[in-house]
Amino acid sequence: MADHLLEVRDLSVEFHTAAGTVKAVQGVNWHLDRGETLAILGESGSGKSVSASAVMNLIDMPPGKITSGQILLDGKDMLKMTAEQRRQINGKRIAMIFQDPLAHLNPVYTVGWQIAEIMTTHGTPGAEAKARALALLKRVGLPEPEVAMGKYPHQFSGGQRQRLMIAMAMACKPDILIADEPTTALDVTVQAQILALMEELQHETGMGLLLITHDLGVVAEIADRVVVMNGGRIVEEGGAAEVYRNPKHPYTKKLIDAAPGKGAMPEERDRSAQPLLKVENLQLSYGAFKALKGASFNIMPGETVAVVGESGSGKSTLARAILRLEEPDGGRALYNGKDLVTMGARELYGLRRDIQMVFQDPTQSLNPRMTVFQLISEAWVIHPDILPKREWKERVGELLVKVGLSREMAQRYPHQFSGGQRQRIAIARALAMEPKLIICDEAVSALDVSIQAQVIALLEGLRREFDLSYLFIAHDLPVVKDFADRVIVMKSGQIVEEGTVRQVFENPAQPYTRALLAASLDPDPEVQARRRAERKEALPA
Amino acid sequence: MKQFIGKRAIASAVSLVGLVILVFFLSRLTGDPTDLYLPIDASQEMRDQFRELNGFNDPLIVQFGRYVADLARLDFGQSIREARPAIDVVLQGFSWTLSLAAITMTLVTIAAIVIGSLAAFNVGGVFDRITTFFSLIGASAPDFWIAIVAIVIFAVNLHWLPTSGTGTPWHWVLPVAVLFIRPFGLILQVVRGSMITALSSAYVKTAKAKGVRSRPIIFVHGLRNGMLPVITVIGDQAAGILNGAVVVETIFGFPGIGKLMIDSILQRDFAVVLAAIMVSALAIFIMNLLIDLAYALLDPRIRY
Repeated sequence: MADHLLEVRDLSVEFHTAAGTVKAVQGVNWHLDRGETLAILGESGSGKSVSASAVMNLIDMPPGKITSGQILLDGKDMLKMTAEQRRQINGKRIAMIFQDPLAHLNPVYTVGWQIAEIMTTHGTPGAEAKARALALLKRVGLPEPEVAMGKYPHQFSGGQRQRLMIAMAMACKPDILIADEPTTALDVTVQAQILALMEELQHETGMGLLLITHDLGVVAEIADRVVVMNGGRIVEEGGAAEVYRNPKHPYTKKLIDAAPGKGAMPEERDRSAQPLLKVENLQLSYGAFKALKGASFNIMPGETVAVVGESGSGKSTLARAILRLEEPDGGRALYNGKDLVTMGARELYGLRRDIQMVFQDPTQSLNPRMTVFQLISEAWVIHPDILPKREWKERVGELLVKVGLSREMAQRYPHQFSGGQRQRIAIARALAMEPKLIICDEAVSALDVSIQAQVIALLEGLRREFDLSYLFIAHDLPVVKDFADRVIVMKSGQIVEEGTVRQVFENPAQPYTRALLAASLDPDPEVQARRRAERKEALPA
Repeated sequence: MKQFIGKRAIASAVSLVGLVILVFFLSRLTGDPTDLYLPIDASQEMRDQFRELNGFNDPLIVQFGRYVADLARLDFGQSIREARPAIDVVLQGFSWTLSLAAITMTLVTIAAIVIGSLAAFNVGGVFDRITTFFSLIGASAPDFWIAIVAIVIFAVNLHWLPTSGTGTPWHWVLPVAVLFIRPFGLILQVVRGSMITALSSAYVKTAKAKGVRSRPIIFVHGLRNGMLPVITVIGDQAAGILNGAVVVETIFGFPGIGKLMIDSILQRDFAVVLAAIMVSALAIFIMNLLIDLAYALLDPRIRY
């Protein structure tokens, strides 16, 4: 039997921590051949990145320990090689790119230097490395490559930085490219471009591509085969389309069921009554930069209005302007007929409890030194008229049960919870104010797919129970499709399209909306194949 | 950049004016230096003459006005003790201290950065534990005690080095060594901490994935990022020595600005005290400016 290009056999890795031994992966087997794309799919904590880190010799030992297995490159076991031999493989034969390219590029060196470095490290003379770095920047499609050579990572956009990482990884023409969540933090249209670029480069060089992801859509878009991981073990593997159509393991089934974008889109509501929030021509500038150029829309009681758009489109600014976390320059935001923009501080203070906000990152939005009880009851300290003090304990318990946690958790601190649980705490805190409108700013973006589905179901249940309205800011279109009644599409500080979910998703009027929809990834490989064909027409290279 | 330096200079000048006013009047509160300079049996006539000559008879505000007017002509007044321009006395002392600070801080910086970086590369290793142990001792050792013990051992008992004074390069060894210990311990700790953060960063992971060797990972990728907090502490410690390593200079009879200031205060040599304060304030201003510029030089994200 011919050797695979890269094969991981029976790999087990443990981490020894103060809290005990964590078995990160146990008995993992997978292989990668030239010209193929293998995806390792899993949620956080599944161990999906661990075997790739072992391939790159990036596991810190201690605390890590490889307890069994082999990693064969062209049939030779890398685990038996010296550190120096491993170093010579890294970058030259196997290259890796990561999520969050800003953190993964050195902030104090020019990108030209950083790309040239990988080549000089592996023996290319300096001048030649520099010339090739320039050619690579051209190849990955950076504008003005000569200027870009002398710039620093912070001077590029997120998508450009990932192109830089790819240019760097491709510099020594590696046989294998490992991409760990390469498009997770990027906008959908940029994500589509980056995936397309990786695919093109694969065709040019015939390299094997190992893609680590949590996103079924990314798998559907680019992978030939998929390995599904859960709890450190491989639960299923096979062709990407085959696994999606015919999942065998219950975990895979659950993952595919949880993937957003399959829900029934609601019918148009009656919108003749007085809107809860009526925003008219709202504007906000940061210095000379107009972040919000006049936005107008209504939210009816009990309605969920989603705001979608790419980063920098002004969606978060819109939320901050409505809440007056930033002072708007003009326009009106009528809450039950009263203008929030011109309201005095005292009246605004009273009204703030009606409009609550849930942020993207619950780790940062919950004070780590406060217990859950303190976090939730703080609302009643600020607004003492909501609830007398003797009822606080009981009410905190009720709220925790309502968001799917238990009463006993009130005495714990935020770090003792998982990401999904923390977001539930943030929601309970918002509910403590008995609000009418909750603004969710990317509230489910950081969560795993299955957790995301649970939190969305929770929000949906709370909406029915309390007749809440949501302003739901998101970049993830399938989630919006499942959850929202209406959609606002924003671009460069303006609303370019507004309508019911059905109108916007099925009959988008604007080219920008169409491009956005074409770029978003569907978990079904067949749908995705169709979309790719459409995209090629919609976005000519 | 020019605008930044200009703004800084103006802000510093304002605080310097405040400082000069404060020190001028406070030092006059310590009393009349006449008795310190004239013999006990000096006649009243001689005393009056001395006061008249030095202007101590005028109201304070007049004395201050005269001082400011002289200052405008860059005349810092006369040293009573040495009977020559105060600024000459101060600059002479300052040049000694500047040399002492420059030599000490160069050695401290090189040693702390190299040893701290290597310790950070293998956290918890033998080398790391040994350096941490000694740097903690160094950072917490009282310098007057070390200075005296060092004199007893190396000068009095072993006769290897002179006890005090200046003249040969050997005279510099003990003062530099004693001044070295505390900043070294402190800066080593900062370098180690800062390098641990830098070496566990995502860009170092990228460098490893690129196949970069260990030494450039530490000294090229890690160090330049890890230096930012270190520079602040280096500047702070250097300023401490420049401001007068009073204890060490006094113990070793080293004619620097620290010893000069103590002597001038004790002798109420007002012009020298004021000139010394202005010179060290200027030195510290330049020092801080250099630190800010070093920041911008090291980190392209910082621009003024």
